[in-house]
Amino acid sequence: MNPVLREQLLLLPEYLQGHLALTFAALGAGIAVSVPLGIIASRSPRIRHPLLATVSLIQTVPGLAILALVVAMLGGQIGFLPAFIALTLYSMLPIMRNTVSGLEGVPADVVEAARGIGLSPRQRLWKVELPLALPVIVAGIRTAAVWTVGMATLSTLVGASSFGNYIFIGIQTRNLTAVTVGSLAAAGLAILLDTLIGSLQWIAERRAIGVGLRELRRALVLSISLTVAFAVALLVTLKPAPKPDFVVGGKPFTEQYILASVLADRLTAAGFIVDQNIGMGSDVIFDAIGAGTVDLYVEYSGTIWGSYMRREGNPGREEITDITQAFVRERGLNPVGLAGFQNRYALAMRRDRAEELGIVSVQDLAPLAGILSAGGDLEFFGRSEWKRLQSLYNLDFAQELTFDAALMYTAVEAGQVDVISAYSTDGRVAAYDLVLLEDPRQALLSYDAMLLASSAAAQDPRVAAALAPVLGAIGDEAMREANKMVDVEGRPVSEAVAYLQAIIDKSK
Amino acid sequence: MIELRHIQKTFDGGASYAVFDTSLTIARGELLALIGESGSGKTTTLKMINRLEEPTAGQVLVAGRDVLEQNLQELRRNIGYVFQGAGLFPHHNVARNIAAVPELLGWSKEVIEARSREVCALVGLPYDDYALRIPSELSGGQQQRIGVARALAARPDVLLMDEPFGALDPITRAGLQEEFRRIQQELQLTVVLVTHDITEAMLMADRIAVMQGGELIQVGTASELLNHPAHDYVTQLMEMPRRRAERLERVMRAAE
Ligand SMILES: Nc1ncnc2c1ncn2[C@@H]1O[C@H](COP(=O)(O)OP(=O)(O)OP(=O)(O)O)[C@@H](O)[C@H]1O
Ligand SMILES: [Mg+2]
Repeated sequence: MNPVLREQLLLLPEYLQGHLALTFAALGAGIAVSVPLGIIASRSPRIRHPLLATVSLIQTVPGLAILALVVAMLGGQIGFLPAFIALTLYSMLPIMRNTVSGLEGVPADVVEAARGIGLSPRQRLWKVELPLALPVIVAGIRTAAVWTVGMATLSTLVGASSFGNYIFIGIQTRNLTAVTVGSLAAAGLAILLDTLIGSLQWIAERRAIGVGLRELRRALVLSISLTVAFAVALLVTLKPAPKPDFVVGGKPFTEQYILASVLADRLTAAGFIVDQNIGMGSDVIFDAIGAGTVDLYVEYSGTIWGSYMRREGNPGREEITDITQAFVRERGLNPVGLAGFQNRYALAMRRDRAEELGIVSVQDLAPLAGILSAGGDLEFFGRSEWKRLQSLYNLDFAQELTFDAALMYTAVEAGQVDVISAYSTDGRVAAYDLVLLEDPRQALLSYDAMLLASSAAAQDPRVAAALAPVLGAIGDEAMREANKMVDVEGRPVSEAVAYLQAIIDKSK
Repeated sequence: MIELRHIQKTFDGGASYAVFDTSLTIARGELLALIGESGSGKTTTLKMINRLEEPTAGQVLVAGRDVLEQNLQELRRNIGYVFQGAGLFPHHNVARNIAAVPELLGWSKEVIEARSREVCALVGLPYDDYALRIPSELSGGQQQRIGVARALAARPDVLLMDEPFGALDPITRAGLQEEFRRIQQELQLTVVLVTHDITEAMLMADRIAVMQGGELIQVGTASELLNHPAHDYVTQLMEMPRRRAERLERVMRAAE
């Protein structure tokens, strides 16, 4: 079998279990909350409007934002819980709305007959109204199930594993196989659940027009066997994972995946049980390490300086490392040391174009900027570094275009733009033969890779010993090469990890 | 057995009255027909007896006690109600529809089934042929008859029937009317029968109550209404059967 595919399929049980557990827990909680609320809402018009409006409002907030908000409300807690809460919130609308409309759709003469022959309100609900509304309610659950399966892929970003791990890691590491496996798995699960609940809906519909269970045997057998299949899948994958000693985290891009694996392997070799939790956003992971739900990850000094401390200006590389280390220490995090390389923003041009124009530094670029166009990633032109760059060098490009990072490199390669905001360790810098322009006035910040540890990890001397060889061992070149192996050459992350481990071991 | 004391019902806060200041007493074992134009307040009156509607003013007594003082569910379970348009539970088969009230009363399965056979036979639908059918598989007239069977199932003393034979063909209807009247007299059931059909009222009822525009304009036996109509509408109503009979006779004579 194709080794890349094999590597991915080995991850399937873990991700399947994560995805199933999240989906079923959230759907179960969604039903448990929304059906009773829907019943209450259908009884009282005064509650119905505000309740449905609130739930609809939740639905309009993008899934990613809900996840981020829940994480923030839980004080930085990541993993299953925030993903579960967010998914539950998301599943509520279709279930509640259908419960209300299902109950309202029960024919008035039937309800009156139920009252007239002396059923109590509770008996009416259970014996008449719910059975007749059930097909509509189940249809709502079906919609919610498909949404939940889809949205569960996003929970990767708050550190809960799901098929989203395939997709996000795959996108970042340009591993189309992983993206495909993840997408197919999520789609397959959605179709399966849709079929299962669809058959339950069919049964509920027949029951609501009085068809006896005996005639529904075939559908019952189908849905029961599907349910059993799900349960078996859950159980098979539900090998009790040993509780990890430490969790290594990472943000969602190639370099972080590689480094997280490097660090995790080191800790494993030192005898620890280690989990990796990769794909969290910057803010989430910074909070998580403070809360101790992540024990180790690689942060960049410039990110701390600009994003967390919100400082302006550039006092120079050493100052920034010192100040940011002091800052994280104050926050209760523990800087272990620097990895050696920095991954900073740098303006980059195609080598032939730079030579043709005689450009070596940003200084040389300024007078020609009026005839050149620049490309930036999604945030570059909004950062204070860009403003500083403009003002220090008097830069004024003919055009500024914003791209997704991957497309930005393609654009400069194809000559659509002349200058881009490259990342200094990006493998594509070498692959596309780009030159990084010098920045003599230090407009751009330094971004030294810094290992941050939770208190638990920092207090263990064996952790420090295991990580010591890494400190200062990974240079710019090495990191760029490792990134290139994955991003440009399409090799598995494990090869890039092995490459860096060899360099670390040699430097000892 | 049933006593209505100056009951009124308005659905719009007093701008108009569905039922206006109506008083009526129905003796035990009596069959009273309630007749009147569409919208005259018959169904509303009937519903106020088992509190499906609450009177805006006035008092309703059943078995000598104010209905407001009785347990609502108990009151309703002891009064059989045949709904205008059957009102069967669409998700239950015929057997379960008929068993609804007996189940609530905690009867045993065997007793319920035996009783269901009786009431089905009474309305002319063999239990074995119909028990497992669902309402959507029945004709309108069959549904109506199951509605009557359901109302009789728990052996209530009081029956409220809202146009129970409206959807039946004339022959079935005539048979059922006679059969029903026979057991009503045999069991001394107290019945309020809403109908549009003056012939039905005259043939079945001990007394006839005529409603118009929410008011009870006259109550009496058929002969009282025929001989002393208190109102033009009553006159017209009571002449209807004879006028039709005369017209029919002309048609039939012409056909000979
Ligand atoms: N729930 C309700 N809300 C508002 N108005 C109502 C309601 N029920 C009945 N009415 C009105 O009360 C009046 C009497 O209605 P009711 O159903 O008692 O008439 P009915 O004599 O049974 O007529 P029909 O022979 O057509 O069944 C009608 O004008 C009707 O529109
Ligand atoms: Mg009516």
